[in-house]
Amino acid sequence: MKELGGRLLFLDRNDINTDEIIPARYLNEDSKLALKPYLFEDLELPGFDRTTSLPGKRVVLSRANFGCGSSREHAPWALEANGIRVVVAESFARIFRRNMYNCGMLAAEVPARVVAELFDRFSGTDTELKVNLDSMLLRFEAKETGALEAPLSLGGFELAMLRSGGWLDFAATRY
Amino acid sequence: MGQTLAEKIFASHLVEMPFENTWVLKLDRVFCHEITTPIAIADLVERGVDRVFDPGRIKAVIDHVSPAKDSKTAEQGRALRLWARRQGIEDFFDIGRNGVCHAIFPEKGFVRPGYTLVMGDSHTCTHGAFGAFAAGVGTTDLEIAILKGVCAFGKPETFRVDLEGSLPAGVFPKDAILAVIAKIGVAGATNKVVEFRGPVVDAMSMEGRMTLCNMAVEAGGTSGVCMPDATTVDWLWPFIGPAGEGEFASKEEALADYSRWKSDDDASYAGRISLDCSALEPLVTTGYSPDNVVPLRTMRGTRIDQVYIGSCTNGRIEDLREAAAVLQGRTIHPQVRGIVSPATQAVYAAALEEGILETFLKAGFCVASPGCGACLGMSNGVLASGETCASTTNRNFSGRMGRGGMIHLMSPASAAAAALAGTLATAADVAKGLSAPEPAKQEGTK
Ligand code: SF4
Repeated sequence: MKELGGRLLFLDRNDINTDEIIPARYLNEDSKLALKPYLFEDLELPGFDRTTSLPGKRVVLSRANFGCGSSREHAPWALEANGIRVVVAESFARIFRRNMYNCGMLAAEVPARVVAELFDRFSGTDTELKVNLDSMLLRFEAKETGALEAPLSLGGFELAMLRSGGWLDFAATRY
Repeated sequence: MGQTLAEKIFASHLVEMPFENTWVLKLDRVFCHEITTPIAIADLVERGVDRVFDPGRIKAVIDHVSPAKDSKTAEQGRALRLWARRQGIEDFFDIGRNGVCHAIFPEKGFVRPGYTLVMGDSHTCTHGAFGAFAAGVGTTDLEIAILKGVCAFGKPETFRVDLEGSLPAGVFPKDAILAVIAKIGVAGATNKVVEFRGPVVDAMSMEGRMTLCNMAVEAGGTSGVCMPDATTVDWLWPFIGPAGEGEFASKEEALADYSRWKSDDDASYAGRISLDCSALEPLVTTGYSPDNVVPLRTMRGTRIDQVYIGSCTNGRIEDLREAAAVLQGRTIHPQVRGIVSPATQAVYAAALEEGILETFLKAGFCVASPGCGACLGMSNGVLASGETCASTTNRNFSGRMGRGGMIHLMSPASAAAAALAGTLATAADVAKGLSAPEPAKQEGTK
């Protein structure tokens, strides 16, 4: 199982699309690691600067419809190449969400009011997320603002993907 | 309780449900292109399972960057080419015989009512126009699809879109789908199949239905879908009739068989809208989201630098005819770069034969090779920062056609009008000879 959790990157917008996560011009790269320097290259968001915002971050927090657009699995790969294996958002585009689980990564949907509270209370702080799959809890914590817990709701498929490391290993033995 | 078309397809292709709400389906087709497939192939090779589940059910094309533009895209093309050869994939289409995946595969009759199919491409939803369940998937899903011929999906909920009335003159399927996306939003149909119904769809050609289904994903949809009918049978007839595989002796027989693949009247839907198309006018997107749609007339006078006519949305022969009718006998604005890319080699040949290419050439368009071209900003028509493109494609995301570029999505007729005017304009404006406002002076060097 992949390690899930860590420091948060706040991306305060709806509909962050796959072209913003990894532009098409890098789809000719032939390895996942080669995508590392290009993550969020075309993302323009107040307060976001790739060189300073990305290092050390392990989790993305965003709003609704994260990962809309293309089917490119390069989007989760580019995240993972940068150490990010968890995205917490209000909702996800179908293919992106599926790609995350297929790679054994966590796309956690939490209610809009929780997302709103996270942005209100934690933006600008050094926030850490702990993921507990046994108690199905997300725990966000920052020195300045204390902690916030949110239940994690996952189906059998999602849990199996996180535990087995992804769809390839699961399907290869089963079909 | 009746079933939707999607529910019928799921029920007939179910392999198992390993978890609640997880439907593993048997696939009738797996489509491949050179951008997302080579990584899947490399991984299969690395795992020591360089095989395919059935070479006859896999179809492959080099379409995104063709001709190759650099060493990296040349390697991607080669990886797909060599794989197709060693796996015995006969339906493999390379340069000179290729075209945009979502145009060439239907053209070859590979998609039939009731089919399940996946491809590593989000606009795979296009193929639902034939009454199929067609979904875009990532590389991992594609890898298993190639190897095992299965793919997993959530419960098949359907969002129903009734297109009522009829399309007025000068309003096209592209305008209708932009209106739908504007109404339900970019996530309005997430995890759902978008079912297009109603008199407007019934009257529409397969090309028009493909334009509708193509942009279902722009509303978050898993697949678009239209009910198979006589128009579907006509399109498929060369392949299913006696001249083809001989599956059916007559069109009536085919139609009767395909009527299995329709939603029941008492089927239940997860959402539903209806749109009176008679009230529609030409539309255009503004900003960086495909649901940001306004009447084209309100954007009149917006200066443009490039016009792009092509793609899996609007690069078929009907689209080229529609644009050529506006361009006929005119020349485009001197400050506009016009690019037309017929979606496939066959569309190119038809356009040549019908004199459409001549119209484009005389108007001052560059005729580019069949393929994805400028659509995703990987080749053939990338925008410079600050430039604006009137485009018949499906995505206006920031940076999509080149960093810092702005894309306005519209119908082929509207794109042709923009090329003539040098600014956004309707085809009616241009026909009336309405002088479009002078284009703004070019900004200083950047
Ligand atoms: S034409 Fe554009 S949207 Fe269609 S498959 Fe090619 S890149 Fe994708």
